[in-house]
Amino acid sequence: MKMTVSQAMVECLKAEGIKVVYGYPGAAICPFYDALLDAENDIKNVLVRHEANGGHSASGYARISGKPAVCIATSGPGAVNLITAIATAYADSIPIVCITGQVNTDQIGSDVFQEADVTGAAEPFVKHSYLLKDPEDVGRVFKEAFYIAGSGRPGPVLIDVPMDVQKMMVDFKYPKSCLIRSYKPTGKGNAWQVKKVTDALRTAEKPLICIGGGVFASNAQQEILELSEQLRIPVITTMMGISVFPDDDPLYMGMIGTHGVTPANRAVNACDTLFLVGARVGDRAVKTPLALEKTTKILHIDIDPAEIGKNIGADYPLVGDAKLVLGQMLDHIKEKPMDIKASRQQWLDELDSYREKIKFKRPVRGTVNPKEFIEKLSERLPENVNICADVGQNQIWASRYKFKKGGRFLTSGGMGTMGYSLPCAIGARMADETRPTFAICGDGGFQMNLMELATAMQYGVDVKVIVMTNTRLGMVRELQTNGYNDRQTAVFLDGSPDFVKLAAAYGIPAVRVTSNKSAEKAIEELATHKGTMLCEVVVDKDFPTL
Amino acid sequence: MKHTISVLVENHSGVLSRISGLFSRRGFNIDSLAVGPTNDPSISRITIVADGDEHTVEQIEKQLNKLIEVIKVKTFGRDDFVARELMIVKVDAPAEKRSEIMTIAEITGAKVMDITLTTMTLEICDRYDKIARFENVIEPYGILEMARTGTVAVERGSEYFSAKK
Repeated sequence: MKMTVSQAMVECLKAEGIKVVYGYPGAAICPFYDALLDAENDIKNVLVRHEANGGHSASGYARISGKPAVCIATSGPGAVNLITAIATAYADSIPIVCITGQVNTDQIGSDVFQEADVTGAAEPFVKHSYLLKDPEDVGRVFKEAFYIAGSGRPGPVLIDVPMDVQKMMVDFKYPKSCLIRSYKPTGKGNAWQVKKVTDALRTAEKPLICIGGGVFASNAQQEILELSEQLRIPVITTMMGISVFPDDDPLYMGMIGTHGVTPANRAVNACDTLFLVGARVGDRAVKTPLALEKTTKILHIDIDPAEIGKNIGADYPLVGDAKLVLGQMLDHIKEKPMDIKASRQQWLDELDSYREKIKFKRPVRGTVNPKEFIEKLSERLPENVNICADVGQNQIWASRYKFKKGGRFLTSGGMGTMGYSLPCAIGARMADETRPTFAICGDGGFQMNLMELATAMQYGVDVKVIVMTNTRLGMVRELQTNGYNDRQTAVFLDGSPDFVKLAAAYGIPAVRVTSNKSAEKAIEELATHKGTMLCEVVVDKDFPTL
Repeated sequence: MKHTISVLVENHSGVLSRISGLFSRRGFNIDSLAVGPTNDPSISRITIVADGDEHTVEQIEKQLNKLIEVIKVKTFGRDDFVARELMIVKVDAPAEKRSEIMTIAEITGAKVMDITLTTMTLEICDRYDKIARFENVIEPYGILEMARTGTVAVERGSEYFSAKK
């Protein structure tokens, strides 16, 4: 059918089942926005308040829907603003498709108004990118972009479309499939290697499973639960793997790493076989991988062959999609059963002895113990909750949330992008409006994204925002205290507004929590209030991360 | 250790920048890089000589393979390939030195491409180490200008490197 490229782009989104786009217009993307207006019944067009936040909202949406989500920006500064979100999605392997306007084809390279080489600038952070110059390519490029973003190891794909191309006419038909000869992501694992890994795991005396974000990316939560249960193998996670396992599962030991919990870190040191599933062994998760690989047998599943052997050597590498590979392993266990129950008990007892009862320190008067607040919050909230944590101390406190089955912990684990939580929460909530959604941030990160309160209000997105305030950039303050002789600098947030009044200015109800008693009341309100709400939790300036 | 890596890529604009960007941001050292079309006009072939240990080369291969437009990657073993690079050099060559330079050219297989009253321009097409030797002996005459390509290489024997296989 004859139509403009812009209309064809809208048809591509419809064909991909896109229901929401997050974006910010400008001159160079106007033709596409004009075409989107004609499709407003099919595609909800959310005007975010900053392009990076549009990318983060798409990221939140993609993580909950399990499919690529879309964000839009104009040329030049709009596109360049989006790069932080692209890099954030890349670091955590989140599938987003970013559409940017570009100046007219004949002006490219001449430094005209709002021109930036965004495909060049974003190149290190994209899974792939396109500069769409030939109108006839529009269907193929969009089909490939969605396929590449969502398959294999997911990631961001950028499509840059010059304004004149958006206005050109094209005889459009959306391709049903695409064939990229140079891109064939692995699915199943090598059958022989699957058996070897399974048997190594079964015969190990002290095996341990380490879950990373790859388990969510491949939707393998059920398979890993089954495997762990059948073989009675205890489980730890990286930050990206939090909430795969319910916290009350007797085999679950918690998050590892610099900011992990002691039982999990002790488990890593004590195990003889470590089974990494979709975890890339980042430096915050495993500080000394070289020491670990010497003492421990490493089994490693990853869909990205480059992750195997990159940070830690693997005795048993296994390339494939976690869901499929774990399925193969479960089949092998069924076909060739082996009795492991008796030998496992001693190891499980050892790990149980590492568990500790958490005692909450009494907070300074007029403040709340943030860890206790998170624990109480998790006791009150239902199972299917989205907890979107920002970056810094608040992220580590939020990581101790006691998840039940079906809960999701969403955070910028790899890039550590401040300001991720609120826009991510908006996207996550819009992807599934049955899920109560919480953004947990500090007073630093909140002031990087608070403009999105307006987006939440404008589109009636029910997100609960918890701002933990200590008038400090707490984690940096702590670094300075411990590593720089307590020479505190550039960490004071004294000019901050009254956040309760600020929320009121947006028409958002808000409460301030300064004691355990007011915490209880606030948590009840957070759990029952319908609509966006803000809760400030006052934390002592010297409260430690751990 | 030096490794010679052949990469078949889609002949798209921007591919070379993705590849060179990958090397710089991952901290891989490139000695030389040569790129040109192949018999299939949709495919270009890039030959990279890189320095690094086994682990680095494994990572280079894997990271290259992750680029969507990379079709195939192959690292050649130590001696199982033929490799050539081209050097053109303009040397100071007054009349009394010409015959000496001609002798060097004859021995090393270099060719005289241009001559003036005061200079000679020579080309040599050979392996990296042979070119280095030529450079050593010609250097004392005074190199005025030099241009050099990267290495291109093809596997020895009847096996061949192709996008189709």
